[in-house]
Amino acid sequence: MKVELIHIHKHFGAVHANNDINLTVESGKIQGILGENGAGKSTLMKILSGYIQADSGEIRLDGKPVKINSPSDAIRLGIGMLHQDPLDFPPMRVVDNLLIGHDGSLFPNRREVVRAFNELQNQFGFSIDPYAYVDTLTVGERQQLEILRLLWLGARVLILDEPTTGISASQKEKLFETLRRLAAQGMSVIFVSHKLEDVEFLCDRIAVFRKGELVGEVNPPYVTDELVKMMFGRVISLEEKRRYETCDVSFHLDHVTIEDYRLQIRDINLSVSCGEVIGLAGMEGSGQVQFLRTCAGLMRPVAGEINLGGRRLTGKPYRAFLEAGIAYVPASRMEEGLIPGLSLTEHFILAEEQNGFFINFDKALATTRQRIEDFNIKGTPVSTVESLSGGNQQRALLAMLRHPVNLLLLEHPTRGLDIESAIWIWGKLKERCKQGTSIIFTSADLEEILQYSDRILVFYGGKVSPPIDAESTTVEQLGQLIGGKGF
Amino acid sequence: MDTQLILIGLAGVLASSAPIVFATIGETFAERSGVINLSLNGTILLTAMAGFAVAVTTNSLFLGFLAGALIGGLVALIVAFSSISLKQSQVAVGFILALTCRDLSYYLGNPFMGLQGPRVPSLPIPGLADIPIIGVIFFQQDILVYASFLLIIVSYVFIFKTRPGLMLQGIGEKPATAFVRGANVNRLRYFYTVLGGMLAGLAGPMFSLSVKAGWKGTISGLDGFGWIALALTIFGGWNPLRAAFGAYLFGLLQWLGLVLQPSLPNIPSQVLQVAPFPLMILTLLLVNIGNAEWVDRTLAALPEKTRKWLANFLRALRTSPPASLGVPFENE
Ligand SMILES: Nc1ncnc2c1ncn2[C@@H]1O[C@H](COP(=O)(O)OP(=O)(O)OP(=O)(O)O)[C@@H](O)[C@H]1O
Ligand SMILES: [Mg+2]
Repeated sequence: MKVELIHIHKHFGAVHANNDINLTVESGKIQGILGENGAGKSTLMKILSGYIQADSGEIRLDGKPVKINSPSDAIRLGIGMLHQDPLDFPPMRVVDNLLIGHDGSLFPNRREVVRAFNELQNQFGFSIDPYAYVDTLTVGERQQLEILRLLWLGARVLILDEPTTGISASQKEKLFETLRRLAAQGMSVIFVSHKLEDVEFLCDRIAVFRKGELVGEVNPPYVTDELVKMMFGRVISLEEKRRYETCDVSFHLDHVTIEDYRLQIRDINLSVSCGEVIGLAGMEGSGQVQFLRTCAGLMRPVAGEINLGGRRLTGKPYRAFLEAGIAYVPASRMEEGLIPGLSLTEHFILAEEQNGFFINFDKALATTRQRIEDFNIKGTPVSTVESLSGGNQQRALLAMLRHPVNLLLLEHPTRGLDIESAIWIWGKLKERCKQGTSIIFTSADLEEILQYSDRILVFYGGKVSPPIDAESTTVEQLGQLIGGKGF
Repeated sequence: MDTQLILIGLAGVLASSAPIVFATIGETFAERSGVINLSLNGTILLTAMAGFAVAVTTNSLFLGFLAGALIGGLVALIVAFSSISLKQSQVAVGFILALTCRDLSYYLGNPFMGLQGPRVPSLPIPGLADIPIIGVIFFQQDILVYASFLLIIVSYVFIFKTRPGLMLQGIGEKPATAFVRGANVNRLRYFYTVLGGMLAGLAGPMFSLSVKAGWKGTISGLDGFGWIALALTIFGGWNPLRAAFGAYLFGLLQWLGLVLQPSLPNIPSQVLQVAPFPLMILTLLLVNIGNAEWVDRTLAALPEKTRKWLANFLRALRTSPPASLGVPFENE
């Protein structure tokens, strides 16, 4: 189905999130959308899918003007969207997730739904257990589920907002194959992403957004530097690899065994030097999170010893870990890292060590202004965190870290960030390494792990590899290990 | 004690638990949709008084129950309006209503104190009532008790087996997703909160026209049941079957308190009367203890076998509330 967006405007208070956007997507094509954090990509997609309404402008489908006032209008017209944060019901079963929002008789026939679902997923080579609970699925599977659901409801325009963050390489391949198939069947696909290589590889045409405006459209063959220049107004390149190991062993795991109701990892041994960066690779849910939470003192290991700088931390409460200078930045930023409803200033007040009983608002405001500038956050001191774009929330989270920190534990530190911000964030992190902070981080992006870590641990099915030197390995070798070959 | 007495006692437990079943399931509906209606205790007292007053005045049981449902719905509407439309705190509004409605019932109920009112007649079901054991326990009750059985089953089937029931779970769990799936989240929340209030509003007249017939003001002995119903909603994991089980357990504890009194002369009778309340809280605590972080920590220090067994046991018991319980919804 051909989609035309004409003169779309959208304001959020003073922010002009979409400024006169004109975009046409032909049927059977995959349209890429690129743009830095806060450029207005998600806003436009939400307008098209009825989640929010434009201030002015027109939407035409196959040449006919339409009014889209709600998501159900959109799906009735055949527009389905996969949101940046997965919109499903985690504690419920897959079938029930499919049924919610599906019109039909009072008593749904679950068996019939399961049959239709399996038929559909066979077409695409997916294998999701229809009776599994959604929170036991990987991010990739939840995405597949949502795509299948939209197709099942009759979507002919599919919008994907950042679909490749948090899924494995093989899931990504499968996703791309699926999107190509759908386009070949005459569907229009709109693909929003920060990952240049994904967009270049997949899309028939790319539109680039900057600061709420559509700055231009590009046809293949693509020139990466040109795209980057359109996105940021200048050329950006990766920095050289740098190592900072300023002292001997600082953080020590000795025969540690971690266990929760899902998995058990036995006998982990690791020594981290000051200034060293350790990357954790593996399929999502292979134990990386439990490992980080253990290092952070949020989970107690069932066996083994944890030491930091000679101090024994085994079995101590979280507070003791904090006092020892261990900081943890979780991935689910809206659930664990940020407090919806509070402004940036209030977040910085909470994160700082305070002197005295009363809050010094003037000082707090000044610090916040400084941080917003330092970390290049698109927002004001009074912006609530939920009004920030995904990438800017991530920056705010990192801006809140205290100085000094001995060990920094990061889950997906650059998930959802554009390249410029990712490079810049790592610049900040490496600065800390220079001062002696050790970092342990997870990422779904193997390139990121290879680029920034000194040593790498690979997690697979309840096992951890011995530390691998990042200099002497490749993406391919890591990929094999992650898939369980060589364990 | 002979068997017949025990059977009659058990039948009594089912009957006296019926109002609590209504209130708990009503609250389950409201909370499933994401709204906490904390006014339950006041609602029950006010509707008990009003239902009795209307029934006495009009000599119509039906009108008495109708009054109860309407008043219960109205109180819930206030909670819904102030929390959904005015975005005020559900807890604060509900709590104030709980206190206000209670005082209101004592004040307005004065003229009806101690009057003789109509009583819901018992209605043995022909055929079924004569089945040994089961007949006595289940089928020699009044129509309200049968209604409570029906309510348990119907609400269970509705919540877990029907399309609108699934959407109800959805709006309490993740309203943003439900909205994207086409739900009018706030309108549905209004609907279920008021529906829940009406069910709870039936609990009042069930007391004053049947279980504890009459209105005796502050000594009616109804104060506290609303709070128990709120606790049972949690104990029941927002599931009507489990909630009903909790209500019957509470009824059983109360009955045991009465029965055991003569054989335990050393214990003051007040203790046995009050005991079911703390026991209920204790059960709640045990059921949900697995949620606490310190429990995880303590468990990790135990030897492997015990740890696994305990962890699995706690997990099986554990329930989690609708994720967006008490959280207002705005798209944008
Ligand atoms: N609900 C809202 N209230 C206020 N401002 C908003 C809201 N949603 C978005 N904005 C602002 O609009 C701008 C565009 O946001 P949008 O989410 O569209 O960016 P994006 O291009 O998707 O960025 P990212 O890549 O970081 O996801 C940002 O400056 C953001 O702060
Ligand atoms: Mg976005």
